[in-house]
Amino acid sequence: MSRPTPLREVHESLGATLTDFAGWLMPLRYGSEAAEHNAVRSAAGLFDLSHMGEIYVTGPQAADALDHALVGHLGTLDTGRARYTMICADDGGVLDDLIVYRLAAETFMVVANASNAPRVAAELTARARPYDAVVDDRSDSVALIAIQGPRAQEILATLTDADLPGLKYYAGLPGTVAGFDALIARTGYTGEDGFELFVAGPDATPLWHALTKAGEPYALRPAGLSARDTLRLEAGMPLYGNELSDALTPFDAGLGRLVKFDKPGDFVGRAALERVRDTPPRRRLTGLVMVGRRVPRHGYPVVLRQDGTIVGEVTSGAPSQSLGRPIAMAYVDTDAQGPLAVDIRGSHEPVDVVDLPFYRRKK
Amino acid sequence: MSEIPEELQYTKEHEWVSGLQDGDLATVGVTAFAAEQLGDVVFVQLPEVGATVTEGEAIGEVESTKSVNDVYSPVAGEIVAVNDTVSDDPSLVNSDPYGEGWLFRVRIDGATSELLSAAEYTALTSGDS
Repeated sequence: MSRPTPLREVHESLGATLTDFAGWLMPLRYGSEAAEHNAVRSAAGLFDLSHMGEIYVTGPQAADALDHALVGHLGTLDTGRARYTMICADDGGVLDDLIVYRLAAETFMVVANASNAPRVAAELTARARPYDAVVDDRSDSVALIAIQGPRAQEILATLTDADLPGLKYYAGLPGTVAGFDALIARTGYTGEDGFELFVAGPDATPLWHALTKAGEPYALRPAGLSARDTLRLEAGMPLYGNELSDALTPFDAGLGRLVKFDKPGDFVGRAALERVRDTPPRRRLTGLVMVGRRVPRHGYPVVLRQDGTIVGEVTSGAPSQSLGRPIAMAYVDTDAQGPLAVDIRGSHEPVDVVDLPFYRRKK
Repeated sequence: MSEIPEELQYTKEHEWVSGLQDGDLATVGVTAFAAEQLGDVVFVQLPEVGATVTEGEAIGEVESTKSVNDVYSPVAGEIVAVNDTVSDDPSLVNSDPYGEGWLFRVRIDGATSELLSAAEYTALTSGDS
C-alpha cells in the first residue's frame, strides 16, 4: 500500500491521476501533462512534493558530522543558504543527491529523494554517531509544496511579508505564508525560478488552497510528477535512479565538482573517489534530441548510426514541449565516433547530440 | 467516468471497433478510458495501407509522455485506410477518441471473435479507474 501525502484529498478533488511513486501515492497529472509543463514555463505551477525526505541534523558538531557523511563541505555553508551535494558509499557510489539547508549555526535540514530517504536517514544516523549531533528524520511530519515558474514570486508575494526579492537562489528563510509557518526556499527542479515551502503536514491543505486562490489571476495550475519529470529533463537535472545510482560515482555523472577533497578530516567514500578523480570516465552524460517523433526511454541502447554498435544507454527520455521534439539524456562512450541513433524497440532512430541543458530560462 | 458509446464494440486491450454490424469494414481506435490512462498522446504509429493483419496482432503504437503501448488489430483482414490526420496531430486521440482520433480501418477477412459490448466494457473499466 502506498502512503498518501497530506494533500491526497485535494488531489482527488482535482481529478488527479494518482500513481505509486517510491511508496507514496502521488499525483501523476491533473489533466494534460503538456499543459502543466507549459504553465510552469510561462506562468506558474503548484506541486505537492511531500514525499521528499526531510532529515534534521542538529547539535554542536552537526556541521562536522555532515562533512564526514557527505562529499560536500557543509561547514562552509552560511546560515540561510542551501547547497546541492551527495551522500556516497565507501566505494564512491552515489547513495543519493541531496539539498542541505543550514537553518541555524547548529541546525541543518537534509532533503533526500523519497525513494532513498529511509536509507539516507539510516546512513546519517550511523555516520553521525561519533559526533555531538542528533539525526532526526522528520519526513512524516513535514509537507513540501513547490510553486515554480516566472510568476511564482508575484503569486507568493501576495501571501507573505518575507523579503522574496532579497531571497537568493539556493537560500531559505523562515517566514509565514498565508499565516502558516514555513521555511521559504528559493529552490526547485524545473529550470524556472520558484520556491519550495516546507510546512507542517496539517498546514499543507489550507496553504495549497491559499496558493491556488492567490494564483488564479496568474494562471497558476497544479502540476503532477509527469510534468515535473519533463521539466527537470529539459533543464538537464539528474534524477536518482536514472542518471544517478550507487553503481556510479559523482565523477561518472559529471558532478565531480561536488566532491570537496580539500575539506578537513576524512569523509565516507574519500579513498575510493580519490582513486577515480583523475581517471576520465568511459562514458559521459550526453544530451540527445530525436530527429523523428518516437520517444527514447530509460534503458534504450544508444548506437552508432553507421553500424548499430552499442555505445551508450538512455537514462531519461521524454517528448519536449520546449523543443518540440523528444529529448533524452544518455551515458555515451566518450570515444564514440560518428552520428548516433537510439534503438527504439528494434528501430534505429537518428538523434542529434546537443549540449546540456536542453532548456535555459531567460533571465 | 469516461464516455463509452453504446453503439460501439470493445476489446480488452481498450480499443473500440465500429462497423461490424453493417458489413465487412471495421474502424478501430482507442477508447476514452485508455486515452485518459495514457495521458497526452505524442506519437502514433500506424500500419501500412494494404497490409494483411491477423486478429490480435500488434500493428502499431500509441506513445504518451510516460508510456508506449501496442495497438492491436481486433480482426483479421486487410488495412484499407489509416488516419493520417492523427499521425500529424496525435492529441486527437485525447480530444476526440471516438471521432477524429480513429486509427485505422480493416476489411475483414474471415470470422471475427466476439468483442465486448458497451456494458461489458463498462464493467471491465469500472474496476480499475
